[in-house]
Amino acid sequence: MSALNIKKGSTSHSAYDLRDPNAQGIVSHTLAVIVENEPGVLARVIGLFSGRGYNIDSLTVAEVDHTGHRSRITIVTSGTPAVIDQIEKQLGRLVSVYAVHDLTAEGPSVQRELALIKVAGKGEARIEALRLAEIFRAHVVDSTLESFVFEMTGTPEKIDSFAELMRPLGLRELARTGVAALSRGA
Amino acid sequence: MTKAMTGARMVVQALKDQGVEVVFGYPGGAVLPIYDEIFQQNDIRHILVRHEQGAIHMAEGYARSTGKVGVALVTSGPGATNAVTGLTDALMDSIPLVVLSGQVPTFMIGTDGFQEADTVGITRPCTKHNWLVKDTAKLAETIHQAFHVARSGRPGPVLIDIPKDVQFATSDYTPIPKARVDHYQPRVKGDIDAITRMVEMLETAERPLFYTGGGVINSGTAASQLLCEFVEATGFPITSTLMGLGAYPASGKHWLGMLGMHGLYEANLAMHGCDLMLNIGARFDDRITGRIADFSPRSAKVHVDIDPSSINKVIRVDLGIIGDVGHVLEDALRIWKARGRKVNKEGLAKWWKQIKEWQAVKCLGYTGSDKVIKPQYALERLEALTKGMDRYITTEVGQHQMWAAQFLGFEGPNRWMTSGGLGTMGYGLPASIGVQVAHPEALVINVAGEASWLMNMQEMGTAMQFRTPVKQFILNNERLGMVRQWQELLHGERYSSSWSESLPDFVKLAEAFGCKGIKCSDPKDLDDAIMEMLRYDGPVIFDCLVEKHENCFPMIPSGKPHNEMLMGNADTQGAIKAAGAVLV
Repeated sequence: MSALNIKKGSTSHSAYDLRDPNAQGIVSHTLAVIVENEPGVLARVIGLFSGRGYNIDSLTVAEVDHTGHRSRITIVTSGTPAVIDQIEKQLGRLVSVYAVHDLTAEGPSVQRELALIKVAGKGEARIEALRLAEIFRAHVVDSTLESFVFEMTGTPEKIDSFAELMRPLGLRELARTGVAALSRGA
Repeated sequence: MTKAMTGARMVVQALKDQGVEVVFGYPGGAVLPIYDEIFQQNDIRHILVRHEQGAIHMAEGYARSTGKVGVALVTSGPGATNAVTGLTDALMDSIPLVVLSGQVPTFMIGTDGFQEADTVGITRPCTKHNWLVKDTAKLAETIHQAFHVARSGRPGPVLIDIPKDVQFATSDYTPIPKARVDHYQPRVKGDIDAITRMVEMLETAERPLFYTGGGVINSGTAASQLLCEFVEATGFPITSTLMGLGAYPASGKHWLGMLGMHGLYEANLAMHGCDLMLNIGARFDDRITGRIADFSPRSAKVHVDIDPSSINKVIRVDLGIIGDVGHVLEDALRIWKARGRKVNKEGLAKWWKQIKEWQAVKCLGYTGSDKVIKPQYALERLEALTKGMDRYITTEVGQHQMWAAQFLGFEGPNRWMTSGGLGTMGYGLPASIGVQVAHPEALVINVAGEASWLMNMQEMGTAMQFRTPVKQFILNNERLGMVRQWQELLHGERYSSSWSESLPDFVKLAEAFGCKGIKCSDPKDLDDAIMEMLRYDGPVIFDCLVEKHENCFPMIPSGKPHNEMLMGNADTQGAIKAAGAVLV
């Protein structure tokens, strides 16, 4: 493949598709997928992404309607606009899927992620970590004399920047939930 | 009215309620309760296959030749894994199937029990939907839902995995009207504004073309009739994919023949040169488009498809209409008539003049021989000697399949069963049995290559046991013909593993199965031999020894556009470059 200089990757999903995959820019979209909460439904969605070579940047899932057995899967994905359009339609085709909303295309949306950040250190570094946590409105949910676990909620970018600041101050572990998102307005 | 019964009885009851007449299957430990119920009734016929792949292809042949849902029954583990190729085949070609598989009892799932496999996991990507039923109370409803999903929207195969304890347990039966199917209701009516826009486009088009596919067949016979009416009324030329053959009759005067990699010159050049492409139920498969960047560069494209994901998947179209082909054609025809049946007569006359020039090239010409049977000649004779008969054709996959598509004519839908999307060698023989089971009095011929045919030849046993007089017309070139052709054209004539050194004696093989064997190698004897096959009341294996090195033309080489076809051996020197060789 490489000798013939044919690009691989999710955008050239057909061997016949010799269009320049960079002709259209890669964009990131957040999709909300409402599904029947039945065994295997997550495997169907994930299998669709891996089988067709689509990207998953973040994925969260939980049942949101216990009586109706409906779950909401929030997926952040990236690809060319044509690929994003295909992802939405391919998801819509699954029998267990009730609705697909492209939150990025449908208008403004709120996106939040929860993170737990463990930072270990002594002296100045420890005090600085606590000071920055206050600025970022992170809560201390566990502490020892040599460590903190912070809890923070925010956009993925906010969590990225906080984690980046904690790195030199003794960042040990980071756990993130992935993005949950809702459209703004009624 | 609900009635208590075992899960196994529920299966048989649900199949009866769904109007199922025949099940293709193979028993095993995990489905014995269901087989016990089948034994104790006479409404549903069971066809015992010799391999589960055969069961699925038979169900496909049955489904495609009748428009009904095909049903297969297999056991757990190897029974289910053997079904995978058939399921994938049906998914690619949109064939409605309900496949029932047995499973180890629920309390053994996950313990690596005997003949346990994660059947729903394995078949998830090769079915339209699947279910593992862990509660007998939900079994009947699930089966009704399965039939609904298999036949609604874009049809496809579904699978229900039934653990053995669920088959033994007792619960209330859910009749069809009480089964919940409202959550899956694909759109069938097209948007009227969009259909009106399509009508406006076809009123003014100078070089319009119908490009139709398997969606027309799947929509039902009414869709084929509407298509014919539309074509006759507008006078537009029409071409079709491999899957769509028969929707418009081959004898129709607007018929250009099949398009695509081995499609007709006039059909492919019409695709390349048209200014309005009306894609009705086709999906811009890579065998059709060739190089995407040069695909029909000057046309406005309309795409009618019941599956929204088909639209703009490969080719960006100017107008997409989501809906069932039959409904959309009905609305389009009505609107076009109401607006005064307008077409661009002047443009159309010029367009047909151009098409006639392309047709005059006679792209299917080949060098005849009086020494050896040319495969094209064999099919021409088969066509001539069976014309007008109540005939169904199945094929295997390879050169013979393309020649069959080029040289046999289909006058109606559901008469042509071939593995298009997946290209499954071994499809044709079992499919022919499935067709014959559905149409016991008809003439069913499997046009085969010897290599494909050997892949599922064990099903001759099924043909004998159930007295299905299928005719196996094997074009025997002692080669994997299409592989050999590609090696000749793309791989410097290095014929790596593309011929069979020890083929069976097909006549003796026929005798071993208890059917009739005919061998023919002289063109002068061919007509008599074919007539002998047609007259024989029972299965026939016809070993037709043909020219070993014949290539299938026309051919659009990989990575080339429609207007760069190879018309014969003289065109092939250096025609396919390295960039094309990497493609399939």
